[in-house]
Amino acid sequence: MAGSVEGIGARVQRREDKRFITGKGRYTDDMAVAGMAHAVFVRSPHAHARVVSINAEAARAMPGVIAVLSGQELVADGVGNLICGWMIHSKDGSPMKMGAWRALESEHVRHVGQAVAVVIAETRAQARDAADAVEVEYEPLPAVVDALDALKEGAPQLHEEAPGNLIYDWEIGDAAATEAAFASAAHVTRMEIRNNRLVPNPMEPRAALARYDEADEHYTLWTTSQNPHVARLVLSAFYNIAPEHKLRVIAPDVGGGFGSKIYIYPEEMVCLWASKKTGVPVKWTCERTEAFLTDAHGRDHYSEAEMALDGENRITGLRVKTVANLGAYMSLFSSSVPTYLYATLLSGQYAIPAIHCNVKTVYTNTVPVDAYRGAGRPEATYLLERMMETAAREVGMDPAEFRRKNFIRSFPHQTPVIMCYDAGDYDASLEAALSAIDYAGFAGRKAEAARRGKLRGIGLSCYIEACGIAPSQAVGSLGAGVGLWESAEVRVNPVGTIEVLTGSHSHGQGHETTFAQLVAERFGVGLDTVAIVHGDTDKVQFGMGTYGSRSGAVGMSAIVKALDKVEAKAKRIAAHLLEASEGDIALEGGTFKVAGTDKELPFFQVALAAYTAHNLPAGMEPGLKEGAFYDPTNFTFPAGTYVCEVEVDPETGKVEIVDFVAADDFGTIINPMIVEGQVHGGLTQGIGQALLENASYDADGQLLSASYMDYTMPRADDVPSYRLMTTVTACPGNPLGMKGCGEAGAIGSPPAVMNAITDAIGTNALEMPATPQAVWAALKAARPAQAAE
Amino acid sequence: MAEVSMVVNGRTVTRTVEDRTLLVEFLREGLGLTGTHVGCDTSQCGACVVHVDGKAVKSCTMLAAQASGSDVTTIEGLASGGELHPVQAAFKEHHGLQCGFCTPGMIMAAVDMIARHGGGALDEATIRAELEGNICRCTGYHNIVKAIAAASETMAGMKTAAE
Repeated sequence: MAGSVEGIGARVQRREDKRFITGKGRYTDDMAVAGMAHAVFVRSPHAHARVVSINAEAARAMPGVIAVLSGQELVADGVGNLICGWMIHSKDGSPMKMGAWRALESEHVRHVGQAVAVVIAETRAQARDAADAVEVEYEPLPAVVDALDALKEGAPQLHEEAPGNLIYDWEIGDAAATEAAFASAAHVTRMEIRNNRLVPNPMEPRAALARYDEADEHYTLWTTSQNPHVARLVLSAFYNIAPEHKLRVIAPDVGGGFGSKIYIYPEEMVCLWASKKTGVPVKWTCERTEAFLTDAHGRDHYSEAEMALDGENRITGLRVKTVANLGAYMSLFSSSVPTYLYATLLSGQYAIPAIHCNVKTVYTNTVPVDAYRGAGRPEATYLLERMMETAAREVGMDPAEFRRKNFIRSFPHQTPVIMCYDAGDYDASLEAALSAIDYAGFAGRKAEAARRGKLRGIGLSCYIEACGIAPSQAVGSLGAGVGLWESAEVRVNPVGTIEVLTGSHSHGQGHETTFAQLVAERFGVGLDTVAIVHGDTDKVQFGMGTYGSRSGAVGMSAIVKALDKVEAKAKRIAAHLLEASEGDIALEGGTFKVAGTDKELPFFQVALAAYTAHNLPAGMEPGLKEGAFYDPTNFTFPAGTYVCEVEVDPETGKVEIVDFVAADDFGTIINPMIVEGQVHGGLTQGIGQALLENASYDADGQLLSASYMDYTMPRADDVPSYRLMTTVTACPGNPLGMKGCGEAGAIGSPPAVMNAITDAIGTNALEMPATPQAVWAALKAARPAQAAE
Repeated sequence: MAEVSMVVNGRTVTRTVEDRTLLVEFLREGLGLTGTHVGCDTSQCGACVVHVDGKAVKSCTMLAAQASGSDVTTIEGLASGGELHPVQAAFKEHHGLQCGFCTPGMIMAAVDMIARHGGGALDEATIRAELEGNICRCTGYHNIVKAIAAASETMAGMKTAAE
């Protein structure tokens, strides 16, 4: 029933919306349980310091205070250190150098905001007052915030385990082949490229409510998680909170994640530990400035890149050296971001015969850095697409034509950096975007803008990314501590309604709608008879959660497998009841039909028959419920072209995005409305990175942009209305042909914006964020006479 | 401690609260009206917008005691008799929300915005400028702007029909 009003491809309005628009959403901070107390953390004001003493006497005596707990008690109780779950080896074969990270640090703090103690009190206000009264004496140490500085001789040292602050020195690709490409190059383009540090900022701050039931020795944790089962596994296996069957993790409505809610942070585990220690349920809700100081940040790369071209402007080699700042500690998946999620995408959409990339990761006295929307792929795309535009300008070639000249056109395509692209049509998305923006008419628009005193520029970005992460065996061989499959269970109830239990987690993506559309498509039943269940380890079988644009390509593939099994069993029952051969049974419009006859049975009657079990085929078990695990065979490769047009006011340096076209190839699309929403949001985060956002530290390690007064979140009047279109090549690797759409906008847009601005102002010496001040300064440096006028 | 009394969503409530209690804390923790959210500490994000005596107010910026004697409407009180307010309906129809966290504040701000502009249809530039005090991280504002424009048209039509 393709093209049905509720099936695959239909713009179905979201089923989850009603609770959100009427104020009936249930987020973690909305939860309350009897006797609940509140946690407030005492945090280091220093970026780097020895903790000399913690005096909580006065705090303990304050009204409502139940306990003040510190790191010594945490260690004494055997609570484990936080872990990084992806092992990376340096090029010399040595394992990455991981420093110990305690949930409460009572000896040596390494970033502003690190928790040293926690106050538990009857009310939040009392806990806040008492936290202020905890006296911590620090001996400040010299701090280092910039990754390049941290590698210098004599830099302050963060962890004994990591001499020189170096976590690993990793490489990928063929250095000799790349060197040969450069030795014979007709032209070499070189750039230094910074990818600015960002703060994810989901609008719902993190929160946790932990309850310990002494009689059953059982914990319940409500928390803001993108992956509650992974949280339970880590809390259980590594932090020694409780065995998995004694720990229930519930991620109810979650107000956005963008990667930052993948990780298991100190605060959530401290709430669990404290709930047992104090005997009362403990709730913690992050304040926004705390979020800036503790949520894993994103990006923060410095790179030197070189691209070799032959005499016909074909790319023959790419050489990249990157230093990535991982902050003060290694967050859960931090090690994989600047390696396998970054350097493996450096071939972009282009046939590049030789690539070599060296990555050094570094400790600094800053908030830990981990995956943020795109995770490594935005850094790769920004580097490559800035290089493409710059190389085209240097050799005097139209940037679109330069890209066309180097596109990959036959599939599968094995790149020199692990990835094997399965399908794509890069010409199709490029031509769609160029046609939509009227690329040929740009010169006229530029001239018209000039008459108004504005500098108009156009910039392209042809991105590719890898989603649907990923074959478990493959990621295991690359160091991942987990498999990256997904699970599903389809329960058909005796009355024919259907519950789908998924290991994916929705925190804005609309799974309750799209996943149900898949069931409607397959079984021809109404959406109102289908429920999607997720986010509770007591209800749902183990699953891996939602990140890396994987819930469609991996999560829905698991549902397809489970639906296949349900359909097969139901058809056997229908054939038996209709006295027909199984091969003649078809499921159409919610009814089992016998081909070539008028005999049929509605879906619900077959379901009922499965449960009454009065008349089933010989040997068949009663019931209609099937589970499945789906492990992908490859990554998926969404790709597309973004074109941005800007106008710059040379008097002020202010950039206005006057047009933005996005042409994406996501493979099969279940709900175009929801996919467009994902692109809108991703584009805005990418434009935010390019124009507005920056986690700015001073030399002492104070985060200067730690509130919405200082960190510029994109507002409605900072961004345009977008023009979106899709081209389609189906992904051959999964049953629905899906590729993933959640991160593309954030991956592809920053270079399009920066290419447009640098085109407008006629100088390439500009870094993100391109604030009015930065643009004005670049203009002034490039054209001192004009700027002075 | 202060005794505060106000009408919230049509119901008179009286409570004794600490002087420092914010209106948003009073609504969420005192009355269990958790549809009003807190997304920042600096009155920037607008997730906490409610109506006090018919005007949009960031409830994290007002003490409960200051609101004593007022008529307060929260997101829970916007729909009447089970029927969605036109702004609520437009957010759903135009996919103006994803995670839903900023949504209550967005909707309450939009209702106020449309009313302040005389109930006529709003253009895109006006809507974008008026949303200065509300941050959304999911939608890129594209569909929020569409939803508010559509709701303003619907409400202008309703106003004309009533006249």
